[in-house]
Amino acid sequence: MSDREVIIRVENLHKRFGRLEVVKGVDIELHKGEVVVIFGRSGSGKSTVLRCINFLDDPTRGTIEVAGVRLTGGFRTRRKREQIRKLRLHVGMVFQQFNLFPHMTALDNVRVAPVCAGLKDNKAHAIELLDRVGLADKANEHPIRLSGGQQQRVAIARALAMRPEAMLFDEPTSALDPELIGEVLAVMKSLATDLHMPMIVVTHEMGFAREVSDRMLFFHEGVVWEEAPPEKIFEATEKPETRKFLDAVL
Amino acid sequence: MGDRLERLAVSSARIPFRLKVALVWVVIFAFLGFFFWVAKFDTDWMLDNFTFIAKGLQYTIYIALGGIAIAIVLALLGALARISSNPIAFGISGFYISFFRGTPLIVQMFLIYLALPQIGTNLHVQYPELFSRQFEDSLVLDPAVAGTLALGLNYGAYMTEIFRAGIQSVAAGQGEAADALGMTYRQKMRRVVLPQAFRVIIPPTGNEFIAMMKDTALVSFLGVSIQHAEVFRRAGLVGKADFKNLEALVLAAALYWGLTIIFTFFQRRLETRVSRGYVRTEPLRTAELPSEELSDLPPHGKGGGG
Repeated sequence: MSDREVIIRVENLHKRFGRLEVVKGVDIELHKGEVVVIFGRSGSGKSTVLRCINFLDDPTRGTIEVAGVRLTGGFRTRRKREQIRKLRLHVGMVFQQFNLFPHMTALDNVRVAPVCAGLKDNKAHAIELLDRVGLADKANEHPIRLSGGQQQRVAIARALAMRPEAMLFDEPTSALDPELIGEVLAVMKSLATDLHMPMIVVTHEMGFAREVSDRMLFFHEGVVWEEAPPEKIFEATEKPETRKFLDAVL
Repeated sequence: MGDRLERLAVSSARIPFRLKVALVWVVIFAFLGFFFWVAKFDTDWMLDNFTFIAKGLQYTIYIALGGIAIAIVLALLGALARISSNPIAFGISGFYISFFRGTPLIVQMFLIYLALPQIGTNLHVQYPELFSRQFEDSLVLDPAVAGTLALGLNYGAYMTEIFRAGIQSVAAGQGEAADALGMTYRQKMRRVVLPQAFRVIIPPTGNEFIAMMKDTALVSFLGVSIQHAEVFRRAGLVGKADFKNLEALVLAAALYWGLTIIFTFFQRRLETRVSRGYVRTEPLRTAELPSEELSDLPPHGKGGGG
């Protein structure tokens, strides 16, 4: 679509759980500074694709390329395991259930990965990131004492701590109370507009998609059923399945 | 009769329950004292021999500490093998658990104490160039060492399951979050999974330790020399020598009992300690402390790059 640099490239991705094929040949390109929203019914393979990109689930077949690290699906060898780790350093992930480490303070949650990687000045950077998500004053709180929205913002700061070149958001607001969704979406929007962070967002927040995303992918039965800019998806979708889904959620 | 008991229950309803329970204990001890008095309980002999038997506590505790240290290491390795996808590690740990849970502890003690030297001798006789005299001698263990080893191996097998359950009780998302951050397996385990698992593991491990302190009495069957004998062995020795088995055994039982009461108290405190940081109603103490846990560590940590 454009000649901008490709940060994430997914080619012919297949994922099978036992006899059930969840993803049946998906191609995605994420360019520098681009926001892509993935939406679709539950079970359409959206989250699985996201988890395959950083190998939390191993692709059955296909190729994943993140910031120049190119890996194919299938069996994990020792060499591949190390490359998977390298690939993960280039891409941050935010989970539906936050998955903050409950035994660490917010600050330590953000710092732990840089400390493990031996990065210098990790404390100052962590405080800077907490400040970016508006939680510098909560640095020494444990996650249990934070609201869901605050926890998810810490999780975003944590994902940014390794200075990733792209971000993956797996339904980041689905576990939140309605009044807390806004603060998380605002942080995500600031990442897109201020930092020009490339990101793939699996979400049902159509307002966010319309406002922030450059492209939307409608997943249906394990394939990309429709791919278009948000204006086109919302105003003039060609596919009846997309229309039907949008009518149901809007 | 039932009527009278019920009237007693009603009229005493204002006395706190704990006080009543304490009263029951007092009565039990009074009865025991009376019983011992009737049975011509020799308290003078008990006083004379108290220091000798109580000195065994030192060795009882040594053996238990050694045993639990071995058991914790084995349980950790066993549990990691049990949840790994490596068939060799899984197979070895499966064999270990099955054997040491499937045979009596006392048999294991004698296997290590008596059977091991025989293996050494036979190997030395058959292949003298491969198995030296020193090798043969190294398999002849001090009874206390053999007992400690057997206790560690045996309890390690049981505790493997405790450790495995503890590790698996940590939500899958925790490991995934660590993976997604690019941590190595060792970093993930050390920084994320094990600290959370230990919260679950520590209380039952305390129970195992207390149980092991009582099982150290089995070591006495291996015939430890008097200077290094633990409580039960000492009680047996002096009790038989003076025909004072009742006094000696009661003394030994009381010492074990006291020991377990003390350690149960410490275990309770440990239990409340490890659950800190998970309770929302905790006072704000945690917030006031600077976050120094991580900054004290060298930048690479111990698992760096592994």
